[in-house]
Amino acid sequence: MVGVEVKNLKKNYGSVEALKGISFSIKNGEIFGLIGPNGAGKTTALRIISTLLQINAGSVKIMGFDVKKQPGEIRKFISYLPEDAGAYKNLTGRGYLTFIANFFGEQKTKDMVDKGIEIADLDERIDDRVDTYSKGMKRRLLVGRALMTNPDLAILDEPTSGLDVINAQEIRKIIKNTAKNGTTVLLSSHNMLEVEYLCERIALIADGVVIEEGKPKTLMDKYNAKNIEEVFTKVVQ
Amino acid sequence: MSALGNIIKKEIKELLTPATVIPILFVAIIFGSMGTFIEDIQEESLEKPIIGLISEDNSSFSLIASDIIYENAEIVYNSTDKKDKLEGLESVKKQEGVALILIPEDFTDKIEGEKPGEIQIYWIMKGAGITDAISSDAVQRLIYIINRNISYELIQVDNSSNATLALNPTIRNETTYFKNKELHGLSPGDVIGLVSSQSTLIPIVMMMIIIMAGSMVISSMALEKENKTLETLLTLPVKRSSIVTGKIVASALIGLLLSVIYMIGMSYYFQGFQMTGGLSLADYGLSLSSFDLVLIGISLFITLIAALSICMLLGTFAKNYKSAQTLTFPVTMFALIPMFITMFADFDTLPLAIKGIVFAIPFSHPMMASRALLFNDYGLVIAGIIYVSLFAIVSISIVVWIFKTDRLLTGSTRKKIFNKMSLFKIRK
Repeated sequence: MVGVEVKNLKKNYGSVEALKGISFSIKNGEIFGLIGPNGAGKTTALRIISTLLQINAGSVKIMGFDVKKQPGEIRKFISYLPEDAGAYKNLTGRGYLTFIANFFGEQKTKDMVDKGIEIADLDERIDDRVDTYSKGMKRRLLVGRALMTNPDLAILDEPTSGLDVINAQEIRKIIKNTAKNGTTVLLSSHNMLEVEYLCERIALIADGVVIEEGKPKTLMDKYNAKNIEEVFTKVVQ
Repeated sequence: MSALGNIIKKEIKELLTPATVIPILFVAIIFGSMGTFIEDIQEESLEKPIIGLISEDNSSFSLIASDIIYENAEIVYNSTDKKDKLEGLESVKKQEGVALILIPEDFTDKIEGEKPGEIQIYWIMKGAGITDAISSDAVQRLIYIINRNISYELIQVDNSSNATLALNPTIRNETTYFKNKELHGLSPGDVIGLVSSQSTLIPIVMMMIIIMAGSMVISSMALEKENKTLETLLTLPVKRSSIVTGKIVASALIGLLLSVIYMIGMSYYFQGFQMTGGLSLADYGLSLSSFDLVLIGISLFITLIAALSICMLLGTFAKNYKSAQTLTFPVTMFALIPMFITMFADFDTLPLAIKGIVFAIPFSHPMMASRALLFNDYGLVIAGIIYVSLFAIVSISIVVWIFKTDRLLTGSTRKKIFNKMSLFKIRK
């Protein structure tokens, strides 16, 4: 069953065309990667799917709901992790997770916070103020926040950005497990190893257009490449 | 270009933005307008006051008084019978006069009998602003000249007369008519002083709330952007209207709490002034009922919500905490305009255009409310509450609409075009 369906999506910022009619679809429970060079339109596409930006043309449907007409419904089952997201500095890690969980109903709050704390894995530092966290700790907290709500669709922009190798590996495992439990994942990353490891299918986007789409293995075969990084270089150049 | 020149050029471009230039232009315009206003007041103070005169006495000292009045004032009503008082008052009122002066028939006799001669002054007061006292000041000067000239006469004619009488040969018996109230024993200056002491607190408190709560709302928006928490918040299952209302209500509550603390201190400060005056508005039937206080409270709260919704609107323009600080400035200025106007002039006596501007600024209404309610002008206060409520609803709707657009995250297209046309564009 299709979880996300993007059809001929166009987005302009004034006279600048950020997306020139992209289309792709993601199956339920699939991890789908959106990759491309800087300024290709990845973040714009993720922001539109996250109900943050309006669309100029085309359509986006998530679990059958239209992004343009039913953004409120969509927000109930999606979770978005922006690339440079922050948390409220005056709250503790636990306080921040509780603040977010409260939007999803009081009954679920405790379970969500427990799950968030488990993913963030900050031990006793979870009760320290966010402004005392390192960049990596903050990112772990934010990943915890994004996945604790058991979203139907998790939209993750550079989920392991700022994390060291060990922590990044840990987060990748968590993302994989989340998808196994039924969450559809749409992620964007500049780390091609990460994309190759996590994604079942990928779309290569450049200059607002999807120029390739398929399984990593199929694309590597098609371009006679050893890895996705090589595919990326060949396609973009 | 030298390294120093390069840095100077870059710094100027960074500092000279519309956000820094527009507020200063605004202040310059405000001060310019105030200068013109004060100039007009000074010119007005040099004009002869318009008065009516009833002189029942036709003897020496009253003739001195009449001559001085004729020479220094524009007489629009003249009579020799005190029975014409009401007619005289009507006539003076119609011709925008300031007072009716009545010299009783025993004026000269009393002075000759070594008692001060009474001059009855019936003031027609139009407004309770400081500037409204200017025309009455001119009449007060007139009475002073009369007093001095009669003193001269007494000393020259009979240098053995009572020294106290020679120095103060006249006494004033004043009655002020203001907004359908007859206030015996009070001059316009006394009324303005008393009314001001009652209505100065609210404008100051209003200013404090706007500055404190307003900057909180703007900063809250700026911090959401600076700390990169806004995007997450906007993708959560919460209505945009709840985000906007939540921020406004929280700031309003904190603003009110701070203002209560401030008001306690200020009320003690003003009590000190009232005790030394020895006069109380309540003695003249001018006091605020509990219903009046409720109306003032409603006006204050609704205006606070309107003010915070404007701040929220401005907050959507704030890129970061630093730019948020500059954005509180225009709001403060808009609060200063009605504060100064209501301090110097009365709403009723303002020219129509200024009246329109003052009414349109939502902050004016709680500032004018207590003075208006003292004189039972419920129409102005209720109209103000209705207007400010509509203003707040429209402002909040605009903010909610902005929250639903891309503006918060991407900034407007117009702004980008404006930036491209920036004042100091560096060209390679």
